[in-house]
Amino acid sequence: MQRIAAVVIGAGQTGLAMSRHLSERSIEHVLLERGEVANSWRNERWDSLRLLTPNWLNRLPGYGYPGDDPDGYMTMPEIVDHIATYADTIDAPVESHTEVTSVQTADDGFRILTTDSEWSARAVVIASGPYHRPHVPAFADAIPSTVRCLAATDYRNPDQLEAGDVMVVGAASTGVQLAEEIHRSGRPVTLAVGGHVRMPRVYRGMDIMWWLDAAGVLDERYDEVDDIVRARHVSSFQLVGSPARSTVDLNSLQQIGVRLVGRLAGITDEGTVQFSGSLPNQCALADLKLGRLLDALDDWAIEHPSDTETDRPERFPPTNVPVDSPLLLPLRTGGIKTILWATGYRPEYPWLHIPVLDAKGAVRHVGGVTRVPGLYVMGTTFLRRRKSTLIVGADDDARELSTHLCEYLGQPARIA
Amino acid sequence: MTSTATPVDNGVNVEFLLTARNMVAEQPEGANFKWRASNQWVKGTHSRSTVSGFFGLGDEQKHRTEFVFDGDHPELFSSQDEGPTPVELLLVSLASCLTAGVAAVAQNREIQLRSVTATLEGDMDVRGILGADPEVRNGFSEIRVSYKIDADASPDDIKALVAQSQKRSAVYDIVTNPTSITVEVE
Repeated sequence: MQRIAAVVIGAGQTGLAMSRHLSERSIEHVLLERGEVANSWRNERWDSLRLLTPNWLNRLPGYGYPGDDPDGYMTMPEIVDHIATYADTIDAPVESHTEVTSVQTADDGFRILTTDSEWSARAVVIASGPYHRPHVPAFADAIPSTVRCLAATDYRNPDQLEAGDVMVVGAASTGVQLAEEIHRSGRPVTLAVGGHVRMPRVYRGMDIMWWLDAAGVLDERYDEVDDIVRARHVSSFQLVGSPARSTVDLNSLQQIGVRLVGRLAGITDEGTVQFSGSLPNQCALADLKLGRLLDALDDWAIEHPSDTETDRPERFPPTNVPVDSPLLLPLRTGGIKTILWATGYRPEYPWLHIPVLDAKGAVRHVGGVTRVPGLYVMGTTFLRRRKSTLIVGADDDARELSTHLCEYLGQPARIA
Repeated sequence: MTSTATPVDNGVNVEFLLTARNMVAEQPEGANFKWRASNQWVKGTHSRSTVSGFFGLGDEQKHRTEFVFDGDHPELFSSQDEGPTPVELLLVSLASCLTAGVAAVAQNREIQLRSVTATLEGDMDVRGILGADPEVRNGFSEIRVSYKIDADASPDDIKALVAQSQKRSAVYDIVTNPTSITVEVE
C-alpha cells in the first residue's frame, strides 16, 4: 500500500488544476485516471464538437491559451492537446489507466483501491467530471424495438444513423447542435423541447462568453445566488462553437426545417409518444430570461464604458412557436427511425463507499466541501461558481479548495 | 422589485412556502399528498361531487368545511343545466391554479398586485364525444388563457410571473402532460 497526502480522482481540467495548486503548496499527491489525461474529451464526444468557450477563455492555472486563434473554438483533438500539454507543463503526477474501484474511510483518512494499486491518503478530491451516466426517461423501455435509441455519448456523426427521420430529445447545448447536424445530413429531425436557455453566440459584436466573463456572470458564487438548487438544474446554453460564430436556437433550427414538439412526456401502450403542451410557455420563459440577461449586460456596459467598445444594444426576435406542433406521434407506423437522447446526465459513484450521496446519487457538498473531513468534490454544475464546469472555472475552485484541504492537513496555506 | 414604503402584501405567506419547501426536501415522505374527491349521480347527466379530506404531511387532513360541486350539461344537450360541464370545471381548475401561482410568485418577487383577471377558452370538436368521427379526439384541442394584470412591475416582469406560474402549476402539468389513470369497479 502506498501512502500519500492526497489522491485526486480524475485527470481532466479540474483534477489537473487541483494538482497544480497542490504542487504549489508542496502537498504530495497523485492523480488516478481511468484512461488517459482528458479521457472524456477523447472518448465521449461527437466528431464535430467544438468547445463552447472561445480559446482565449480556456486558460488553466498559470497557463493561458498559447495558440494564434484566440477567438476560435477548439475541436476535440485540440482540447485534448491543450489539456495534455498542460499536464506535461505542470508535470502532473498522473497514474493513467488506473481505474478507482473503491474509496472508503480508514483510521488515518481514506483507503483507495484501483484496478492495480492500493493507496492510503489523508484527503481525497473527486474530480471525475459532471457527466457520468446518460439520463434516459423511465418510459424509454416502452419504445418499439424497431426504433433505435442512442445516447449522445454514443453518437459520433450522422453516418452512424439509418436514413429516415430522427427524434432528438432535449434542446440544451447537445440537443440543438445534434438536431442541426443530423437535419443537415438529410435525416429530417423532430426536436422535443423542454426547459432551455436561449443564448446568442455574438452580442453587440462580442462573443457572449466575453460578456458573461466581463460582467461577472461566470463568477457568481454558489452562496450568492437566490436559489442554488434551481441554478444547478438550469440546462446548458443553446450554443455551438463554430468557425462562423453562428447562433443556433429554435428559430434557426426551424428555418432549416427542424420540427419542434413539446417535452417528451410519455408513451402509450400502442407505442405512440406523447409531447407536452407546454412548448409555448417553454419558449416564453427562455425569451424572457434572455431579455433579462441582455438588460443586465447592457446595464453593465453603461456602468463600465471604458471596458467596452461594442456595438449598440440589440434585441432578438421572439421564438416562433409552431402552430401545428403535434402532441402525439406514432412510432410503430411513423417515420422515426432513431431516437437520440440529449437529456443530460446523472451522477454515478459506484466506487464511493462513504455515505455522502443524496437521494439522487450526487455528492452532497457545500461549495465542494463534503461533510466528511478531507473529502472534496470538484467540477460539478455550479460547484462554487457558475463557471465551475468550464475549463476556465477550474482555477478559482481549485485554489480555494486546495486552501481548505491544506488547512485540513494542518499545513500552512503557503501560496508560491 | 419595488422600493415603496409599504411592504408588498398579496396575502400569500411565502415564508411558510419556503420553509415547507426546505422541509420536504429534507423529508420527502412528508411531501406525499393524496387529494380526493367523491362523486354521486343525481339524475340524468347531473352529478354532485364533494371534497373534504386529503392526506398530507404524513397524516389525514380536513378542509375547514366540506365543498360541494354540481356538474351537468346545458339544455341544448337536453340536460337540466344544474351545473357547469366537467370541461368548464377543468377550466376553473386551471384558472384557480395559475392565479394562485401568479400571486405566490409575485409575493416572492416582491411585486404588489392590484388586480388579476383571467379568461379561459377551450376548443372542442364535439364529434369526438358524440362518436360521430373516431378520428376526432374527445378533449380540448387547445386551451387559451388570457391574463389582465395590474401590478407594480414592468410588462416583461408581469409576463415572467405568468410564465413562472405555468412552470410550477400542478393543473397545467396535469393538462399538458400524460397522467396514468386507473378506474376500478367495486
